[in-house]
Amino acid sequence: MYGWCYNYFMLESANNDIFTIGVGGAAGDGVKKAGIKIADFLRQKGFEVYISFEYPSLIRGGHNFARISFAKEPASAESSGVAKKIWCDYSELDILIASNGEHADLHKGELKEGGKIITNIPLSQISENPAMVLGEINLAASAESSGAPKELIDGNTAFAKGLLAAGLDFYLAYPMTPSTSILHYLAGQQTKDGLKVVQPENEISVVNMALGMAYAGKRAAVGTAAGGFALMQEAFSFAGMAELPLVVAVAQRQAPATGVPTRSSQSDLRFVIHAGHGEFPKIVIAPGDPEESFRAGADALNLAWKFKTPVIVLLDKILSEHMMTTNAERWKDEKMEIFENMIFPGTLNAVVKVTSYEHDKDGFTTDKAEDVKRAVEKRFEKQKNIEEEMQNIETIKIYGDVNSNPSISSGQENVIVFFGSTKGPVLEASKYFNKPTKLVQILWLEPFDTEKVKRELEGRKIICVEGNHNGQLASLIREKTGIEIKDKILKYDSSPFDPVELAEQINTIWN
Amino acid sequence: MELKDLSTKTKITWCPGCTNSQILVSFRQAIKELTESDSLKIENLVAFAGIGCHGKISDYLNINSFTSLHGRLIPAMTGAKCANPALTIVGFSGDGDSYDEGLEHLIHAAKRNSDINLFIHNNQVFALTTGQADAVSPKGFKGKSTPFGCLEEPLNPLLLMLSAGATFVARTFAGNITETKKIMQAAITHKGFSYVDIIQPCITFFDTRDYFKERIYWLDENFPTNDLKVAMEKVQENTSKVPLGIFYKIQKPTFEEELWKI
Repeated sequence: MYGWCYNYFMLESANNDIFTIGVGGAAGDGVKKAGIKIADFLRQKGFEVYISFEYPSLIRGGHNFARISFAKEPASAESSGVAKKIWCDYSELDILIASNGEHADLHKGELKEGGKIITNIPLSQISENPAMVLGEINLAASAESSGAPKELIDGNTAFAKGLLAAGLDFYLAYPMTPSTSILHYLAGQQTKDGLKVVQPENEISVVNMALGMAYAGKRAAVGTAAGGFALMQEAFSFAGMAELPLVVAVAQRQAPATGVPTRSSQSDLRFVIHAGHGEFPKIVIAPGDPEESFRAGADALNLAWKFKTPVIVLLDKILSEHMMTTNAERWKDEKMEIFENMIFPGTLNAVVKVTSYEHDKDGFTTDKAEDVKRAVEKRFEKQKNIEEEMQNIETIKIYGDVNSNPSISSGQENVIVFFGSTKGPVLEASKYFNKPTKLVQILWLEPFDTEKVKRELEGRKIICVEGNHNGQLASLIREKTGIEIKDKILKYDSSPFDPVELAEQINTIWN
Repeated sequence: MELKDLSTKTKITWCPGCTNSQILVSFRQAIKELTESDSLKIENLVAFAGIGCHGKISDYLNINSFTSLHGRLIPAMTGAKCANPALTIVGFSGDGDSYDEGLEHLIHAAKRNSDINLFIHNNQVFALTTGQADAVSPKGFKGKSTPFGCLEEPLNPLLLMLSAGATFVARTFAGNITETKKIMQAAITHKGFSYVDIIQPCITFFDTRDYFKERIYWLDENFPTNDLKVAMEKVQENTSKVPLGIFYKIQKPTFEEELWKI
């Protein structure tokens, strides 16, 4: 009990450095717009900001909620122009803005002691002048600094920008939450001689059309939620068989089936790494924030064309739709890589044959055992090449204070392991950990970087944090490294982790 | 170009006497003539195929080819045409392939009017899977999965294509190689989605050669091909006679033209 109380008070004080504003109203009231305006105003003032959006699957009415968290201390000379990064939103509110009392009532219980409720200002007015609700906070010290975050961006838009950086020619999608904003963003980016966006009749058409484009020599990517990806399985396998480059963004939402369309989940890790019938090399990248989504988009397209194999970028509702301040100028080094080892129809004196059947080296159907064996081995030659390439790629990331604390012996560290958007709450929660802790993010789920992961986890006290019921990452780690993780924090109620609650859970396990 | 330049090392494995061979011969002659008259560059020609007996044709053609999944050749054809509008896209499909498995793509292809050409080998049966009823098998057809007779009325695919907005709708008979060749050439030179249903009797599982030989007739030279109402009436004609020829042919902007205008 003592430990619990100690944790509680510590968290209270730490949490006081974070300011959270909630904006609530009916769908159509302009909740999202008002939230973004407030968040963007804070960004311009030099704050690092995170904004989440909760909404049900309807167009008018219901209850929508935006939650903006930021550190009270903005960029300053003392902090070398770097404001305190905020990795996710907090449940507890300092200010609750609502379009009426009913919407306010739904969140009254989340108010901190002394928190303010604002229900008398129309959200449209707040959108026009977001500063009017920020009177509670002393913003005077926060003059615009050169280190101010450059962009407030969500993971889907960042992913789409990554595709564009790597020379995307075509984007194809059938609308499905939470992947749809990729389609919307790229549709607006079309130019006469550049990017084209096509919305075919269903996901099966989407992916087969993309394969036809790749065959004709154009870089195509498709995006969908995991349910739409279920419809694409046969063609995904075809891409593996025919060695056609393909990028698929798979945005997870609470499943199975139609599930909870507007809420999040990390329950499709196993689905995507095993996607497509049969055995063929594939790459699965799971970014954890908008910056990583950008890089994943660019890397996915380049890798798909380099290795002529399908690449999945695994997103989820939280990463896809929530926005955070990001320094986009660091993205300029991502470029389209050109590979000249392919030939396309339209080439004089060349016959280019592609088929979903097993085939010989000339592209003709075969069922001879020796041909089949050679073809399988040829495809898996690429697996070796991909694994070699992985040596130059950040397949896992390490965070935490382990390097700054030399007193910790390497064998006894505490480690948190996670993937995807869970990065946000884990990094935010780490601000309140009682014990020095190393944070290990798995970015590449397939191929799995067994040696690197083993090096970071072996002999450590480990907690795996995931947004699913079965602990899919923990089971994958055990499968690949033999390391069994007994302590798992699993959330499968479709709502995001709260960093304070998560820190309490972790401190309790390690107390 | 010689006709033999269009053949490949692959041994033909259709049943001896299969009417698919007649379609293969028609197509080789069609493209030989089109290349000789400079209407077509052979390197720009791509033959797409689905899965079924018809789909073996891509292995028998020494030209660019893309053998898709069952029922999925149409989106792949559309994708290739969008990606490189200079390509001439020809698709071989079957009744099981495009009237059953991929029917949604067929309807949307007619609606979209991509400049692609689709030739359906229509034998009114699933043949490669050894004889089951499909979307165009007649009611009462006794196949291996319908030993007591097919329970459903067949689809009228030509009527479907006309109502979905196809800009070129034709039907031919595999046994008539010269006419089939001419219709293929007309389809390829038509700008927009060209749909050709080729009656292709399956000599093993549903031999309708005599049935059709007694009933087929060619549309009159003066048949108006720009009148949707007339075309729709014609394709619904009493089944005692089966009209062949080009039922409908109009010009509309293609999908690629619209796409590259943006």
